[in-house]
Amino acid sequence: MEILQAMMLVFIAAAGLAVVRTHEPSSQVVVFSFYGLLLAIMFVLFQAPAVAFSQIVVGAVVLPFMLLLALARVRRRARPK
Amino acid sequence: MSRSVRLWLFAPALVVLAGFLVWSFALLPAFGNYRGPYGDVLNSVAPPERHVTDVVSAVNFDYRAIDTLGEEFILFASVIGVMLLLREHPDEVKEEIEDEQAERKVPFPSDAVRVMSLLLIPPTVLFGVYIVTHGHLTPGGGFQGGAIIVSALALVYLAAGFKMFKRLIPHQLVDLGEGLGAGGFVIIGLAGIAAGATFLENVLPTGETGDVLSGGTIWLISVTTGLEVAAGLYLVIHTFLEKLLEHVKEGDGRGLRKTMDDRRWTMRDGDAGKTMGDGRWRMDPEPAKDGRPVSQGPRYEIEDRGLR
Repeated sequence: MEILQAMMLVFIAAAGLAVVRTHEPSSQVVVFSFYGLLLAIMFVLFQAPAVAFSQIVVGAVVLPFMLLLALARVRRRARPK
Repeated sequence: MSRSVRLWLFAPALVVLAGFLVWSFALLPAFGNYRGPYGDVLNSVAPPERHVTDVVSAVNFDYRAIDTLGEEFILFASVIGVMLLLREHPDEVKEEIEDEQAERKVPFPSDAVRVMSLLLIPPTVLFGVYIVTHGHLTPGGGFQGGAIIVSALALVYLAAGFKMFKRLIPHQLVDLGEGLGAGGFVIIGLAGIAAGATFLENVLPTGETGDVLSGGTIWLISVTTGLEVAAGLYLVIHTFLEKLLEHVKEGDGRGLRKTMDDRRWTMRDGDAGKTMGDGRWRMDPEPAKDGRPVSQGPRYEIEDRGLR
């Protein structure tokens, strides 16, 4: 179990780096959602299932969804006539 | 500031920070070694005292319910803030939903995505309701379950588009649910005072451990929180979608097209200089000869007289 936990932490560090290194905002949202999913798995591995539920819904679904909507809105306004 | 100066500033800061980090990590308790008494106390006290099997929920909705009340009102206030910021402005018009427009550039979701979303909606809603109503028995509770129910609503949008999303969910009912969810928590708290105990004290019978209807106010607060979270997140997503898909600033040429389509305006000889709509738009002085509908011909220019 501890090996799994250590591996998960390494994955999360790599994914966090990937979020920062992705520059195009809409791709960044997708990477961020994946990062949120990894966090949820980590919470399960550390025996915090209630937190994992919150994380998987809010961090991996609702927040990226809202970010995408906001990005789409900003882009539409910026689009020329 | 040049690059070398920045490096010279950065290097000592890095050393100091790394030093503190190593120092604090060295003093951490061993991995998996829990030292505080509170968790152990609650673990032994909560099940016999409150007849629940999920101690986390007992803490959230009973022992520290006042904190959860504060958190719920943080969510309530942010939902109101989002709705207020993204409300329909007076200079915006409701336009045809972009998803339904014929000249939409983005392809519709594929049949596979739509079928999968449709198939996933019922189990997701059911799972969310289960998580809300079993918060005192298994991991999860009002917040998690409410958020899961809302993710099913996102699937509705994915499967059927925004029109169906709006038609399926009665908005007034959601508003009511949002208010009831936030207010219900407070009412349950006040019920404690009415029963002669303190605010938010668990005054209801706690029932049989393991029953769905047990845990006293823990179960009730979990359900009101579920209502509040589901309604609140729905309102946020709805407001965002509405802002994105429906509200268009007049004058960027998109609101105008809707006005013209509505009136089935056809431009013919002699229409030059006429006003249309509510008088703010005027036909270009040089009309085309074939009388095609304005909305089909890109060469019919309409001038914004800016009479606002």
